[in-house]
Amino acid sequence: MSAAQLVGVFLASILTENYILCKFFGICPFLGVSKKLDTALGMSAAVTLVMVISTAVTWPIYTYLLVPNDMDYLRTLVFILVIAGLVQLIEIVMKRYLTSLYRALGIYLPLITTNCAVLGVTMLVLDKGAEDPSFGYLAALINAFGAGIGFLIAMVMFAGVRERLESADIPESLRGLPITLVSAALVACSFLGFSGIADKLL
Amino acid sequence: MFLLSDILSAVTLVGVIGLIVGVVLVIASLVFAVPVDERAAAVREQLPGANCGACGFSGCDGYAEALSKGKAKVGLCTVGGEETAKAVASLIGADAGSFEKKTAVVHCSGTCDVTRKAAAYQGEKSCKAASMLYSGVGKCTFGCIGFGDCAAVCEYGAISVVNGAAIVDRDKCRACGACVAACPHGLIVIEPAIRHASVMCSSCDKGNVTTKACKAGCVGCMRCTKACEAGAITVMNEHAHVDFDKCTACGKCAEVCPRNIIKMI
Repeated sequence: MSAAQLVGVFLASILTENYILCKFFGICPFLGVSKKLDTALGMSAAVTLVMVISTAVTWPIYTYLLVPNDMDYLRTLVFILVIAGLVQLIEIVMKRYLTSLYRALGIYLPLITTNCAVLGVTMLVLDKGAEDPSFGYLAALINAFGAGIGFLIAMVMFAGVRERLESADIPESLRGLPITLVSAALVACSFLGFSGIADKLL
Repeated sequence: MFLLSDILSAVTLVGVIGLIVGVVLVIASLVFAVPVDERAAAVREQLPGANCGACGFSGCDGYAEALSKGKAKVGLCTVGGEETAKAVASLIGADAGSFEKKTAVVHCSGTCDVTRKAAAYQGEKSCKAASMLYSGVGKCTFGCIGFGDCAAVCEYGAISVVNGAAIVDRDKCRACGACVAACPHGLIVIEPAIRHASVMCSSCDKGNVTTKACKAGCVGCMRCTKACEAGAITVMNEHAHVDFDKCTACGKCAEVCPRNIIKMI
């Protein structure tokens, strides 16, 4: 893959294939941790890290261990296992060196384990690789990184929206989660406008 | 059709990967282990967990750690009060000392009866927002705005806005200081809960301006300073201040105050 194509993969994973706003993965942290900007940033950084590292680990496991042994049907199981281990590892390291972020993220950090966005990235890059043989290890990593950045952008944007919602005069029956879901839908609609942009780049 | 070997190899593969992940995690948890101070954990159990920061540390965890290392005094937790102080003291083997109960006091008595609104305000019902607009909506630009930002942050329901001015319920107040930070006019002060004189006005305007704005405003006439035998009252920034350490709660200042705003609380 040429450098321009890799840039196209990166941009596509942020805009047209945004894991939260276009594919609707990872809605739990999207709604749960987006109340404050700093926790949203911390969570997105953690998710990005997990996405890249888990793709870096699961791609070789799939390509060199599962496929040659005709056991690619096991990939969901194996990937979940590896991702869970990685999240635990990051949690241990974070507890030691980033204590304040560790406390701020709370339950959402272990929940990255079951975050479907992470599993989604690791599985979907394999499908892309199967469709297009030139989509290799590097492209997969860039795709995972872009997915993380897309996650970050969605979280930060939505944290901004929610901070505005705090002081808005909302009808009583819509206060809290209902208005959050409505505004999430509107933010997702705005990302429809990007469809087609990155196709030209690829 | 599945063969036994297929099942076995799948089980082996997942098992081996699980084993590797497990071993890595065990090694990591040993390498990156966080030393947990058992005494700090025990002290933390005794603290109320309000994480208000009234003790001056970053929440209850921070205070517990400082306590266990002997870097902090025992009676700093105003929320837990005397009980917590005693429990913590017995844990770390220190003297509980005498616990001084504190309470928040709103230094403004500008209710709707004595002062008026300067303009009809229709914006966000929050003191912080209103204070950004010509220092609030009242005639007095130093007084209580009355939208109850302090009442909103109070975890214990101790503050209520009555007739346009905030009032602290001293039985419920735990002196955590959340309201002190929330008041944009800085009217709320954490004071000792023992009986003392308190000036219920914080206006920094000259006397004549204060008089026009509010019937319950301190004009800085100095009568209280002269009446006070303990020398506890001084007039700074155009209004009187009481030094709690010197105040003997004799009540003479309250008697001479022409505006009737020194209260014995």
